[in-house]
Amino acid sequence: MKIGINRERRLAPMSDTNLLLMITIIVFFAMYLAAMVFIGRGFLRVQTFFNILNENAALIILSCGMSIVMITGGIDISVGKLTALICMSAAVNLDYHGGSVLTAILLSLAIGIAFGIVQGYLVAYLDIQPFIVSLAGMFFAKGMTTIVNSTQFNVQNEAFVALKNTRIYIPFLGSVNRRGVFVPAYVEIGVIVAIVTVIALFVILRWTKLGRSFYAVGGNPQSANMLGINVRRTRFLSHLLCSFLAGIGGFVYFLHVGSGAPSHATGAEMNAIASSIIGGTMLTGGVGNIAGTFFGVLSLATIKNIVSLLGLDDAWWTNITVAIMICIFLVVQSVVLLRKRK
Amino acid sequence: MSIDKTPSIGLQKASGLFRRQIFIPLAALIVLILFNLIADPSFFEISYGTNSAGNPVLSGYLITILDNASELAILAIGMTLVTAASGGQDISVGAAIAISGSVVLRVLCGDNPRPDEMQASILTAFLISCVVSMLFGAFNGTLVAYFNIQPMIATLILYTAGRSIAAWINNNRLPIISDPSFGYFGTFIPGIPIPTPIFIAIICMAIIALVLKFTTLGLYAQSVGINPNSAKLNGINPAFIKFITYVIMGLCVAVAGFIKVTRFSTINYSVVALDIEMDAILAVALGGNALSGGKFSMVSSILGAYVIQFLTTTLFKFNVSSSALPAYKAVVVIVLVVLSAPTVRETLKKAWNRLRAGSPARKEA
Amino acid sequence: MQKDSVLEMRGIYKSFYSVKALQDVDFTLREGEIHALMGENGAGKSTLIKVLTGVYAKDEGQIFLKGHEGPVNIKSPEEAQKAGISTVYQEITLCPNLTVAENMYIGRERSPITNWRRMNADANRILEALAIPAKAQQQLGTCSIAVQQMVAIARAVDMECKVLILDEPTSSLDESEVSKLFKLMLDLKSRGVGIIFVTHFLDQVYEVCDRITVLRDGHLIGEYAIENMPRVDLVSKMLGKELDDLSEIKSGDEGESSYGEVIYEADGLSSTATRSPFSFSIHKGEVNGFTGLLGSGRSECVRAIFGADRVTSGKVHMDGHDIKVSKPRDAMKHGIGYLPEDRKKDGIVGDLSVRENIILALQVMKGFFGPISRAQAEAFADEYIKLLDIKTASTDTPIKSLSGGNQQKVILARWLLTNPQYLILDEPTRGIDIGTKIEIQKLVLKLASEGKSVTFISSEIDEMLRTCSRLIVMRDGKEVGELSGSDLTQSKIMNTIAGGAR
Repeated sequence: MKIGINRERRLAPMSDTNLLLMITIIVFFAMYLAAMVFIGRGFLRVQTFFNILNENAALIILSCGMSIVMITGGIDISVGKLTALICMSAAVNLDYHGGSVLTAILLSLAIGIAFGIVQGYLVAYLDIQPFIVSLAGMFFAKGMTTIVNSTQFNVQNEAFVALKNTRIYIPFLGSVNRRGVFVPAYVEIGVIVAIVTVIALFVILRWTKLGRSFYAVGGNPQSANMLGINVRRTRFLSHLLCSFLAGIGGFVYFLHVGSGAPSHATGAEMNAIASSIIGGTMLTGGVGNIAGTFFGVLSLATIKNIVSLLGLDDAWWTNITVAIMICIFLVVQSVVLLRKRK
Repeated sequence: MSIDKTPSIGLQKASGLFRRQIFIPLAALIVLILFNLIADPSFFEISYGTNSAGNPVLSGYLITILDNASELAILAIGMTLVTAASGGQDISVGAAIAISGSVVLRVLCGDNPRPDEMQASILTAFLISCVVSMLFGAFNGTLVAYFNIQPMIATLILYTAGRSIAAWINNNRLPIISDPSFGYFGTFIPGIPIPTPIFIAIICMAIIALVLKFTTLGLYAQSVGINPNSAKLNGINPAFIKFITYVIMGLCVAVAGFIKVTRFSTINYSVVALDIEMDAILAVALGGNALSGGKFSMVSSILGAYVIQFLTTTLFKFNVSSSALPAYKAVVVIVLVVLSAPTVRETLKKAWNRLRAGSPARKEA
Repeated sequence: MQKDSVLEMRGIYKSFYSVKALQDVDFTLREGEIHALMGENGAGKSTLIKVLTGVYAKDEGQIFLKGHEGPVNIKSPEEAQKAGISTVYQEITLCPNLTVAENMYIGRERSPITNWRRMNADANRILEALAIPAKAQQQLGTCSIAVQQMVAIARAVDMECKVLILDEPTSSLDESEVSKLFKLMLDLKSRGVGIIFVTHFLDQVYEVCDRITVLRDGHLIGEYAIENMPRVDLVSKMLGKELDDLSEIKSGDEGESSYGEVIYEADGLSSTATRSPFSFSIHKGEVNGFTGLLGSGRSECVRAIFGADRVTSGKVHMDGHDIKVSKPRDAMKHGIGYLPEDRKKDGIVGDLSVRENIILALQVMKGFFGPISRAQAEAFADEYIKLLDIKTASTDTPIKSLSGGNQQKVILARWLLTNPQYLILDEPTRGIDIGTKIEIQKLVLKLASEGKSVTFISSEIDEMLRTCSRLIVMRDGKEVGELSGSDLTQSKIMNTIAGGAR
């Protein structure tokens, strides 16, 4: 009877999430391959790739948290400053208050969870816009960092420094240096944490009730409520998870830099948002993928590396290139999604 | 069940105000004023003296607040419109201010970063920076209106690149203008004891008041923000209205940027107007406007901007260091937004109603 | 609690701010019955249902459920589901970004881990059993609205519920889909499920229901067995007045000769949404209609006339001049008005006041630099609130807080204010109570008698018969017939829609 129905009889089309993920993965590999072919040099060494991981382990974790909040339809711009606060607190704990690595880790996680509970409660149960809540969170973390300690200092704690310098060698991978000696590739501990996080979150988002609730709430909160999902709890958990991941990410960042400073992780929240977007997460909610976010971070880092290897070793250029890249991605995404709707 | 009793006129008016948007920023302002009155009434003193250049000037915390809030108030105008029409915020304004300021200096200095005399008139420089800022606004507007990209994400591009572009415009040098007349706009005009930015802000507010009165911009922006489909079927072009609000935002940025560079006669690309976008968005939110777009109150937003500056200045007065300031600001912001949250207000209102319902009942008994 | 009842609601009160939506309402649902909940818009049907499903908290009253000791307190849809109450709402309440299968199972899986394979298989089985043309893995947003509605019903059906609430589920379904739904309802009924059925269509009530509860203005009017309740009585119970009004309306049967000159003429018009170009003309003072099944392309045609979708080809004459209509603004300039099909999505500007909603179109025509003064706007608003009898607290009330019928009147006022020569009304009476329907029909005839031309679209054929003097029948995006004069009968129209032979 109705024409509209016949049109549905085709094969199920790809979901928005998977389509955007595909684009991201293809772009990343294309970009990396192009860099290997046309620039060569560093990009031919395996360690370059692992260094990208080493440099960005914390960002990967932060971006995962950001993606979850964005999928649920929120935003959290406090994670960057939160990372700085965690670094500073952990550093002060280790060197001034005689803390151990364990207390530093616990402190980091506790700060993350505390932020998550407060922000999540305000967003989910008091219906305050997430942007404003996390803006306040960002201000608070920024101010607290300098209240905890206003100057930069390197951590001397021996156990921590040992942990920081731990390298995990990758079997069979590596490159031969100029003297002909085989140098195995390595990653830092943070990378392991990041990869475990990515896998765990990927599983949670894909195969658990909670994970699917994030998507449902982001897609249409009223509907999700009618479908019997506890929207408030889901929103609360998304923010809690994001800040908790910021706690982990904060410590990983700390482990990488080994110091506390108010200027740490400046702009990390924007990098995390950018990575999520490049990975195909949409700010409108309901669409996104952790795997995409992972590749989003790698793409962002690769483009930065390309810029610096091209000899444009200037912070100004990096920013402009990254901006152009975000721009291209956004336009491509919007065009692809718009055409699909037609 | 005596809730239904008609309250006295005075109460009605009061509860009307309570429901009005302007209540939140107004209440915040009153609380801040009361706090300062109690803590230290000298906060409100205004003295008359001369500055280092020998000009008569008014000074005092109130003047400082009015002066320093100028840029924020101007940005709040644009941010309110952008928020209303596109349901999102422009986070690139700080970076865009760096660009507009950089353009002004570039036009005035030419290739020499320390010129003895300006290479063009200040008006020319200002107009060129307006055009450039509006072009960048148009860029944001195009992404938002025609590519349907969420505003915060679209403006993330300029946020990332803006300060770099600003540096590139001046070949990464920091020009300084020595001509004193340039500084008149950011400080004082000789003979007039009130800081010039206050006048500029007032002019901007007057212009936007006239625009809202004599054009349909307000109605269109709200319609587009609430229901773009419906707006379209009533002959409004939603994309164009969104676009135009970003261009207006660009103009506001140009004016704010001009004030910023004239304050110091120079620019530091990486710190000028740092995080001002956050304060501007906060002003809109404190004004009780929904950040998801739709209905807005321009007066409330502008008042919100002054509340933020009032708070900042108050904190400075109590010797809070500038780097720790954000933490205190955050606490105040949270208190304000929690108090204005619909859920909390509903609860408070119910409690208030119960209180009012309770007292006559007791009388009857 | 009575023995055979599955649900009892006693003395329910609910108010929003100062509006009393429900006052002392009782409702009883028995095992294995289909119970119609009837009333005009704003009578409180939706509110009652939302109280029952925990979307709204009731102010006073008690709810009893079979198998529960004492009154139950349902605080959220989640709890309602757990208590065995499932609901299909008028608006789609599913998540468009999830797959069909997920939409059927989310929020009610027992295990915290999703077994995709089993879920998809289960979903496909149910979809097939109900003959719903969708795939389990398909993203819901890519399905048509009707299919989405069916998925929502499938979800509700699959839950082992004792109470099934259908809140106007048929407004977006076509006939065959409705009969499929009815079969399903009867099947569930035989299994002892109590079904609450909210609808505006009287025929449907008499087809499947056992009992009727009528609400009016938030009060309970009564509960009746269907066999003791003739239609006329039901309508007068709902309206609270005897129904002579209906017979008053009769279209003028003067024939085409009495109309003035052709006021609007389109030749080979097509837009991005129409499936084939069409030609169309209308005379001064004429009321014509587009009819056809849902999805037959009738709305797309009138949207093309108004320029609501991008016009791709075609010539348009109006008042003897060639004109170009590529966007709504052009059409408005030439005196065309358009009341859209979907009031909520395309009509109202929810947060704006009634006043602003009324003047919106006129304001746009006056242009960017000619704002209507507050006093003038107030005068216009007052005039039309009085003229159309719009029930609103004040001109400052946000339109979204009005009932559906009153919202529609505001939109109508918006277009009347622009004084159009040619007014297109796309489903102006959908989801509106009978009283307002009649008012709107009368208004249409009055406009025509004043020399305006009107195109009227409605899903209800008798309504079209009452108002239109010429009907254009559409099928599959093409015009398949034009009926006027003595051809305007129910059976003729049905035959043309169905394609002649039936």
